[in-house]
Amino acid sequence: MNRAGGTAFWVVGAILLLVMPLLNILPPEDSWFHLSDFSLNRFGKFLAFGILALGLDLIWGYTGILSLGQGVFFGLGAYCMGMHMMLTIGKESVYGSDLPDFMVWNQVKELPIFWKPFYSFPVAVIGSILVPMAFALVFGFFAFRSRIKGVYFAIITQALALVAWLVFNRNDTNLGGTNGLTDFKQVIGYRLSEPGTQRVLYIITVLCLGASYLFCQWIIRSRAGRVLVAVRDSEKRVVFSGYTPANYKLFVFVVAAALAGLAGMLYAPQVGIITPAQIGVLPSLEMVIWVAVGGRASLAGAVLGAVSVNYGRSVLTNYFPELWPFILGGLFVLVVLLFPDGLIGMMRKAKSLLSRRKPDGGEPVVPAEKAAVLEGKH
Amino acid sequence: MAEQSSFQNSIIYLDGVTVDYDGFKALNNLTFMVDYKELRVVIGPNGAGKTTLLDVICGKTKAASGRVVFGQDVDLKGKREDEIVALGIGRKFQAPSIYGFLTVWENLDLSLKRSSKGVFATLFGKSTAGERARIAENLETIGLKDYAHTRAGSLSHGQKQWLEIGMVILQDPSLLLVDEPVAGMTDEETEQTGQLLQSLAEKQAIVVIEHDMEFVRQIARIVTVLHEGAVICEGSVEKVQADDRVREIYLGRQKVAH
Repeated sequence: MNRAGGTAFWVVGAILLLVMPLLNILPPEDSWFHLSDFSLNRFGKFLAFGILALGLDLIWGYTGILSLGQGVFFGLGAYCMGMHMMLTIGKESVYGSDLPDFMVWNQVKELPIFWKPFYSFPVAVIGSILVPMAFALVFGFFAFRSRIKGVYFAIITQALALVAWLVFNRNDTNLGGTNGLTDFKQVIGYRLSEPGTQRVLYIITVLCLGASYLFCQWIIRSRAGRVLVAVRDSEKRVVFSGYTPANYKLFVFVVAAALAGLAGMLYAPQVGIITPAQIGVLPSLEMVIWVAVGGRASLAGAVLGAVSVNYGRSVLTNYFPELWPFILGGLFVLVVLLFPDGLIGMMRKAKSLLSRRKPDGGEPVVPAEKAAVLEGKH
Repeated sequence: MAEQSSFQNSIIYLDGVTVDYDGFKALNNLTFMVDYKELRVVIGPNGAGKTTLLDVICGKTKAASGRVVFGQDVDLKGKREDEIVALGIGRKFQAPSIYGFLTVWENLDLSLKRSSKGVFATLFGKSTAGERARIAENLETIGLKDYAHTRAGSLSHGQKQWLEIGMVILQDPSLLLVDEPVAGMTDEETEQTGQLLQSLAEKQAIVVIEHDMEFVRQIARIVTVLHEGAVICEGSVEKVQADDRVREIYLGRQKVAH
């Protein structure tokens, strides 16, 4: 990112952090400028997805490894936070029991042992990042050690998403089965039904997104970030330059999992429900589409893609609910065929046409030959 | 062939190496050695085992039998590719393998020999003034001084080949393996590549695989001719070209001189 990119970061940051909440608070509800509680909350959800997209962009856009299992890490983060919020419902629950409702319904008499640490809010917050990281570390260690790459990595991560979906769906996993975790009341004493609480959650999400963005940018600009790009361009040369690509892949996979977990943690209290439907094969694929639409190998593109696709979804599912999967699929095909650099690439192209300059010198865009969806080169 | 005295002086010594691809012997009981600071050219018809020879040295292919000795007494058999790189063997591939998305400078910076190439070392590492000076000097050597901040993907074919040679040099190898460096180059680029390799040979041993006899005549001191996985002739260009067996092999398939 050049100086103009740096300015854009602070301008967008100020709009998200100050202007949006102020438009929610200050103008009267019937004003044109008023941003409803619903809209602000919905936008917070999109921005949480943006954090996930940053991680996916690191591993897919920059390193060229297509992971179709990011929904799993998102889910692990969301469930960690969800479990904490379930436990703080207490006697307010439908059955008035200390146990979560679904446990009463399933005739579970005692809280399962793995739920107990989640009484603690810090454990839930740290866990929603560490649990996905630990999971990615073990899974990635074996996958990359065995030199699984390209299409094969995409397939086994998709299998992982399917397995996670099946496991979370089961009642005897004690995570709420198909209905997931819901009916949250509060987080550290603040009522989730209060607009003020949701506003603060929105602001926390913006801050987390900004910090994640800077963190990813720091990685990309370091020598390690260039090794990641080098792994994508010519893994053979990386090996013969004395690096061990497996370690770099594992690193970026774990970072992407941490960001997905953080996104899940922020998602759960803002949306108020987390179910297996949000973590399986389909949502994981949608996440890939966000990044493809926004523009791979561009951090701003990843966030832009996550926000715009989800905004589009939220608007279009109102009008044509049954058409959405077709629109999404069509969008993906269109982007891959016509705009391999996504929205960001189109914006750059438009800018360079306007200024009548070649798109050289600015941030490099992904060359068209990298457009193949499944990295599978060589 | 392996006299004791020359073995003592060799930087790389292959002793009776056989590589077997499902019954096809790419290398057949091959004995081959190169002295320190020697520029050796290996020629031979297609399928003679030239690339396999380099693959065995750099650990990409495992030998079924025989010894591969680096320097005085380091056995390369069973070592991983990155361990062999760390020992001081650099490999330039046939097709340019560079990082197209990164700039020429970044390509060189990643290749520079450093004490650690682990994830955390590269996350926090900063270039020192000495390292930058080395890269600048290298850019001069490979003739890409004006392209330092150009994306490597947009270089010409010849420039990409030089860049990769530059990347390999920055690893400080004592043995440089170069696979068909001038394939696809213009005459002028070929000439410049020859000069580059000759100047590099003042500091390190180089093994070059080549088809282009014009180029071989330009750079070669000693030429090794491979055929069916074994050495059939070794010596000066004149000696090799006058050899009956070499003529026979080449006349059956392709001519020695163009």
